[in-house]
Amino acid sequence: MTPFSTPLAGYLLVAAMLFAIGLAGALVRRNAILVLIGIELMLNAANLNLIAFWRYGPHPEALTGMMFAIFSIAVAAAEAAVGLGLVISIHRHTNTAELDKMSRLKG
Amino acid sequence: MNFVFYLLAALTLGGGLAAVLLKHLVHSALATTVAFAGLALLFLQLDAQFAGFAQILVYIGAVAILIVFAILLTRGSDLPKGGVFSATWFVGLVIAAGVFAVLGWAVLISVEALPQQASVPAVTVHDIGIALVGRYVLPLEIVALLLTAATIGAVIVAMHEKGAPK
Repeated sequence: MTPFSTPLAGYLLVAAMLFAIGLAGALVRRNAILVLIGIELMLNAANLNLIAFWRYGPHPEALTGMMFAIFSIAVAAAEAAVGLGLVISIHRHTNTAELDKMSRLKG
Repeated sequence: MNFVFYLLAALTLGGGLAAVLLKHLVHSALATTVAFAGLALLFLQLDAQFAGFAQILVYIGAVAILIVFAILLTRGSDLPKGGVFSATWFVGLVIAAGVFAVLGWAVLISVEALPQQASVPAVTVHDIGIALVGRYVLPLEIVALLLTAATIGAVIVAMHEKGAPK
């Protein structure tokens, strides 16, 4: 049985790939904004898992997975706003957005 | 699985890969937007219309614009001298590949146990609204408080300090 013969397994594999891509972006890139983009991709992969399990789960009318995904989208928006604000603030102090150069705790 | 699923999966994963690999940050932001759009379309294909449109509004409408603003405010469009990848990029790649191997293995060994088909859930926006102000009213209030606090906090953190040199 191939994994793509069941729809749910296909969605789960796509989500796993997107999570790995986001993790690689967060770990590999030098720029803080790219790290935030990687984190957003990972959050989105988790949302895709939630929606896929909601759609193929036994009780989709209970709306549990969909509600979880909607709240997760809202929290991710708040996280993005604060994270990018921090990047801008650090750039004002150290004049860089590269993580290698952010080695001081004192501004 | 049908052709549309493969097309949307390729769009999403291609957008994500391009976002991670492209050198210019502005190109990365555009590729991220493509990945967000592909995910929204995948949500729509999973009959989660509300979540799909919320994804379009929140991610393409707000988060992508915020990312572009942050790139322009930090002059991220200039290419850094030491390359765009960190010195320990190989370790990061190995960790990401390991995580993907574990996740993919977990999906592949449980593929027999996954549900094959499900009827299309008849969920309207009306049902979602009732659920939001009924069973999920406490999380809704907490998210409202969190969003207010995050908005004020982001403005305070990014605000120019008095007396600080430009």
